[in-house]
Amino acid sequence: MATVYAAALNFKGTLDRLGGALYRDPYKSPPRAPVLAIKPANCRIASGTPIICPAGVDRLRMGGTLAVVIGDSGRIGGFAIANDVSIPHDSYYRPAIEQRCRDGFCPIGPVVETRNLPDPDRAGIRILVNGRLACTDNTANLVRSIPRLLADIAEFMTLSPGDILLVGEPDSAPLAGPGDRVRVEIDGLGAIENSIV
Amino acid sequence: MKHARVLVDGVVRQVTEGDAALSGEIAWLPPVEPGTIFALGLNYADHARELSFKAPVTPLVFLKGPNTLCGHMGYTRRPADATYMHYECELAVVMGKTARQVKQADAYGCVAGYTIANDYAIRDYLENYYRPNFRVKSRDSTTPLGPWLVDSADIPDPMNLRLRTLVNGRLTQEGCTRDMIFTIPALIEYLSGFMTLSPGDLILTGTPEGLADVKAGDVVVTEIDGLGSLQNTIV
Repeated sequence: MATVYAAALNFKGTLDRLGGALYRDPYKSPPRAPVLAIKPANCRIASGTPIICPAGVDRLRMGGTLAVVIGDSGRIGGFAIANDVSIPHDSYYRPAIEQRCRDGFCPIGPVVETRNLPDPDRAGIRILVNGRLACTDNTANLVRSIPRLLADIAEFMTLSPGDILLVGEPDSAPLAGPGDRVRVEIDGLGAIENSIV
Repeated sequence: MKHARVLVDGVVRQVTEGDAALSGEIAWLPPVEPGTIFALGLNYADHARELSFKAPVTPLVFLKGPNTLCGHMGYTRRPADATYMHYECELAVVMGKTARQVKQADAYGCVAGYTIANDYAIRDYLENYYRPNFRVKSRDSTTPLGPWLVDSADIPDPMNLRLRTLVNGRLTQEGCTRDMIFTIPALIEYLSGFMTLSPGDLILTGTPEGLADVKAGDVVVTEIDGLGSLQNTIV
């Protein structure tokens, strides 16, 4: 069974914003190795399937991002558009399972061959809420570029063919709630769209 | 009944204890093909104390990738630059049914069985981001699992099993599952309360005190009453 991994703190804006906090408790120093999470199988839904907002939660973070699909021998086999949905949380200290691993919290589009994305290190990402542009970012702003991220992960664990790596959520990933329609667009890959119920 | 998955002449076979195939040349595989792998940190009060942590008020859950698993009689690599790599003998719960918002009273009905996990950690790589971070806990083949999946019917009281670890035959870790902070039913209620659990999902329920550094060449045996004995060699 393929696994979906998600890099965290991998857009420069987030590290800039956290600034001095990265040197204080509980973190004590900025991250050295890639910060990773798993989006388990219960999270995965297709474009078009509604995202369920848990009871007692008003708004969800819409972490629209590029998904790298691992091919043979650790090479990149393709790309997809994903939405790393989470319940907003400020702390990166403990694994945020309750906030990140709910059912349906990882809409992901069909895998597209690499040639459709000629320059994955300069891919524009746009997140639209109800048709209004709420966030724009670009993979050029990654702390670790895709090749660097893959190499640094390979130093301590193996990604297998079919595994998926979300490269990080843009720092200005918007919030959206029940009734909203969320569209994630990436240059060369098209779009995925999910409503929140 | 005790079930295992083994490789015989390059072919994966499901066997049960006593199967003639086990007397031939085999390689042990993890006894289940895993779904989501949950693991617990600080789930025994004595171990939390040992690491100078207060016992958590909600379960400290982290996830591991399937790359981490290896079978009985397997090998786990100690990185050349590591100064502190320790084993963790843990009772692993194997889910047998889909579980969504299951109450504690019904939790055991969702369990297929139990096995032994050795959830190694390389503490040199600890960082305070989503701690325990993947570089510590999700490395390839650092979680021996097995040898058997033992049917839940054969383990009437999983909350009262002795666990122990032996390094090169010397007892280094000993505990009892009754000392878990969050019990198996509590963990199933907690997890299924916010996400759906599926057959094949694994819950590694944490480890008691008694950690020690292990070096290349060490033979590490983790044992749990009624589940058998899981052997691993550090290389």
